[in-house]
Amino acid sequence: MTIQVNGKQIDLPQSVNHISDLLNHYNLQSNQVIVELNQAIVDQKLHADTQIQNGDQVELVHFVGGG
Amino acid sequence: MEDCFSRQKLFAPIGEKGQVKLSQKHVFILGAGALGTANAEQLVRAGVGQITIADRDYVDWSNLQRQQLYAEEDARNAVPKAIAAKKRLNAIHSGATIHEVVGDMGVEELHEIIPEVDLIIDATDNFETRMKVNDIAQFYKKTWIYGACVGSYGLSFTVVPEKTPCLHCLLGVLPSEGATCDTAGIISPAVQMVVAHQVTEAMKVLVGDYEALRSKIVSFDLWKNEFSSVDVSSLKKGACPSCGEIQQYPYLKEDSQTKTTVLCGRDTVQIRPMETMKRDLEVLNRILLRTSGEVKKTPYVLMYQQGPYRLVFFQDGRVLVHGTKDVGKAKSLYNQCVG
Repeated sequence: MTIQVNGKQIDLPQSVNHISDLLNHYNLQSNQVIVELNQAIVDQKLHADTQIQNGDQVELVHFVGGG
Repeated sequence: MEDCFSRQKLFAPIGEKGQVKLSQKHVFILGAGALGTANAEQLVRAGVGQITIADRDYVDWSNLQRQQLYAEEDARNAVPKAIAAKKRLNAIHSGATIHEVVGDMGVEELHEIIPEVDLIIDATDNFETRMKVNDIAQFYKKTWIYGACVGSYGLSFTVVPEKTPCLHCLLGVLPSEGATCDTAGIISPAVQMVVAHQVTEAMKVLVGDYEALRSKIVSFDLWKNEFSSVDVSSLKKGACPSCGEIQQYPYLKEDSQTKTTVLCGRDTVQIRPMETMKRDLEVLNRILLRTSGEVKKTPYVLMYQQGPYRLVFFQDGRVLVHGTKDVGKAKSLYNQCVG
């Protein structure tokens, strides 16, 4: 499936179906990321249950400590 | 005096009035690394009247790639960052008053500084200090501007008390440090991009144009060509212990502060004595000269090289142990020197 992540078209492997899979795919931990799916924020507790579909628009903001 | 600010005054949202306001403001910049030096230079050039800049570290060669207020001489002499920063800022614009603080920003120090300032710029390199800043900003109802970067990625968010969610709302539990400048490196444009967002938001706050604030969290990856801007207002939590209905400021409680910290961007552990103290570097110099290691004293620090390890002693009692990330190893080296 193809979705848009942070403004960029991405082809996902078949194993990625939920938000939590997507975070794994990007090597991100759930508690360090804010996920927006089609302009609505997805609660951290729902990352594993929320499905993604072809054409979805996802924004991922992950917190880092450097500076 | 020559008018350095004519072009900025021509910019309508600032204008003559905004320029006067900027000159009356006091900004606290916590950290004088990459983000801190870039923020400081731009704010001084913009005509902010007073800047307090705090840092516990000294200038190292590895800083020069991106920490724009420093030059080779500062690294050669291991000048404390806040002192080197002040010198350069004074040279850029003598009309600004720069207060430098060399040392750790604990809760006590923050209580002294924050009531005096109009705005806080986050230029730290760890979550622990940021959570402290987040709490103290809520306590005194001051706006603070989060900024962070690693690799070619960066993000920023402006926390306005009683309006936006705070960092505690957004993060929930404190993340264990993910990628750092230590592991992933950092390129200077990522720093500058974060700072462009921080300084612009700072200007809006300082001239009182709150309507113009971005209100979203912004993040980007310059190498991967990604950009994102997310409205996080729905994440403000009524039950947040930092900014919610019952505010407990958990990170200001005495004392969640650790006595050792692994510094970002270097193979380094900082050790801070339990009690604040003043270390007599001259006495220590004489003691260490009797050992097999190599000793070098500058006006600010004492450096001691022992095999692959280098210990740097500051007058305020802190010691940086280079050459290891292992806290236990660092402590044993420290104890070998000062008992």
